[in-house]
Amino acid sequence: MLSKTVLLATVAGLALGGSAFAQAPQTVRIGVLTDLSGLYSDLSGQGSVSATKMAVDDFIAKEKPSFKVEVVSADHQNKADIAANKAREWFEKDGVDLVTDLVTSSTALAASKIAKEKNKIAIVNGAATTALTNKECNDVTIHYTYDTYSLANGTAGAVSSQPNGKTWYFLTADYAFGHALEADSAAVVVANGGKVLGTSRHPFPGSDFSAFLLKAQASGAQIIGLANAGTDTTNSIKQAAEFGITPKQSLAGLLVFITDINALGLKATQGMYLTEAFYWDLNDETRAWSKRFFDLNKKMPTMVQAGQYSSTYQYLLAVKKAGTNDTAKVMAAMKAATINDFFAKNGKIRDDGRMVHDMYLFQVKKPEESKAPWDYYKLVSTIPAEKAFQPLDKSTCPLIKK
Amino acid sequence: MFNFSTQALFGQLLVGLINGSFYAILSLGLAIIFGLLNIVNFSHGALYMMGAFMAYFGLTFLGIGYWPALILSPLIVGVFGVVIEVLLLRRLKGLDHLYGLLLTFGLALIIEGLFRNAYGVSGQSYPVPDLLQGGLNLGFMFLPYYRGWVIVAALTVCFAVWFIIERTKLGAYLRAGTENAAIAQALGINVPMLTTLTYGLGVALAAFAGVLAAPIFQVNPVMGSDIVIVVFAVVVIGGMGSIMGSIISGVSLGIIEGFTRLIYPEASAVVIFVIMAIVLLVRPAGLFGKAA
Repeated sequence: MLSKTVLLATVAGLALGGSAFAQAPQTVRIGVLTDLSGLYSDLSGQGSVSATKMAVDDFIAKEKPSFKVEVVSADHQNKADIAANKAREWFEKDGVDLVTDLVTSSTALAASKIAKEKNKIAIVNGAATTALTNKECNDVTIHYTYDTYSLANGTAGAVSSQPNGKTWYFLTADYAFGHALEADSAAVVVANGGKVLGTSRHPFPGSDFSAFLLKAQASGAQIIGLANAGTDTTNSIKQAAEFGITPKQSLAGLLVFITDINALGLKATQGMYLTEAFYWDLNDETRAWSKRFFDLNKKMPTMVQAGQYSSTYQYLLAVKKAGTNDTAKVMAAMKAATINDFFAKNGKIRDDGRMVHDMYLFQVKKPEESKAPWDYYKLVSTIPAEKAFQPLDKSTCPLIKK
Repeated sequence: MFNFSTQALFGQLLVGLINGSFYAILSLGLAIIFGLLNIVNFSHGALYMMGAFMAYFGLTFLGIGYWPALILSPLIVGVFGVVIEVLLLRRLKGLDHLYGLLLTFGLALIIEGLFRNAYGVSGQSYPVPDLLQGGLNLGFMFLPYYRGWVIVAALTVCFAVWFIIERTKLGAYLRAGTENAAIAQALGINVPMLTTLTYGLGVALAAFAGVLAAPIFQVNPVMGSDIVIVVFAVVVIGGMGSIMGSIISGVSLGIIEGFTRLIYPEASAVVIFVIMAIVLLVRPAGLFGKAA
């Protein structure tokens, strides 16, 4: 009798212990799929890979996990088919658990679909389209850093609530991201009693915007909204100044990164409003982290790169907490967590995959106000998390029960 | 589709003319290189980018302004071109076009890769020279002085090159070398030397366009690959190797592109290629080219 009990207990123990052991990952693999060579490689690219590795190193040093972490990276060349193929290859052949960064909306949507198909996780930091948390949402994708709604809400909201910001003309990059940003911004402008006078959609990527800018000028709009990003935005700003469009009409850069301001200089960009999720010079914590990043990369981090660090760290914490790399359990752990680090305060990941956190409205400093290199922004206001992002009841994500 | 104001029309045509000036000067360089060396110079875009970077280096590190850069940068990049010709291109003589194409394409990738590695893709800012700050209100549009200058400078240089090739003794040697290198050599013309200098000249023209472009666009490593494909289409339309053809088709395609932006902006990126396809169907040697 006794021996039977012992035997049973042993079997039960083996079974339990065995299953627990089988679940605990030996190695967690993170695939950074980013723009390593194109027009968005300064705002993400190697910097994002570097931030991911920083997060992994910090996590291992602090949390001393029982598993190993590997980081692989690849260039998605801003093409959806390349992103889809690479994600599939990583998931199927290389045992990658998480694909992350994903800089253009088209690549992010493609990789998110593959992640769902293979039941792996995608965390999007680079791309902006709100489609990721609306009709294209799924339960394995997290949209972490920012989106077109939060940019539109921040920048277009601030500008169109001023009396001289009521009429708008959009200069839009002709692909998913540009269209989403234009639509979200136009909605905010109209909600604030403004009017959209017209739109020019330019090929992506472009180099000469003078023709489109002349149309915007002829429209007589008070504000020219730049629904584009990267070098498209910097060239638009430069050429607007050249054709005497600014300062008579003002520009609103709807997605401007600190690397763009750095490239253009303060003379061309002073006074511009922009919305970001992160700025290196916000407080002691952001300064300390950014200095480490700067020492490695010789430039200050963009919000995408900061978000890349934060999201990677959160993912690894969730794996540790769940004791497994099982997708559903890790996702549950991530959504249960409250995110508090240098990037976000009281950040939460909602059921639609949206990470909600404070956003910041900045104004670009005048050249004489800037005291040091990379000293570019004045904080105008902090947009609280609950206002910064699209309310959950407006989401068209099928996961949200109404 | 056609309800636009005359103001918009003239504005777009003028912008088209400005772009056309760039196309003209770049396709001219390609045309003379192809004419004498029989090489499709795929590194033209990279050398154009180098021209812009030389101006940027001069200003940033040595305090050399725009005007000296307009002379110095083409000279430096031209010498670089001469080195390429002597060390590499010369060895491809007599081989199929494809080898020259592959070599110059590889060179373009290397040059762009090196600059991209050092400077990223956001690019560097290059100011408009003080003398050409501001602009002129033409009534229908605001013409920045600098863009006006680009048209004047580009067209002047294009016609000067045309004049040298078509109307001077040096040009006659050059044309003789193009027509029949063996006989020209037999008559005492130093054809290898002429070939080297021609390549240098073609490359210098690309660098000149690069300096002209620096204040308009961000100086960035990919600026060449953005424009070079369009320029190749321009050369094909004008007729490979035709000097006047490349100038005229460069300017007129810029204007057509501007006009397309007005009536249907989404098509502006492809209109030149559509024209290229039509020209190839109707006149395979190009509008100004002679059938081989």
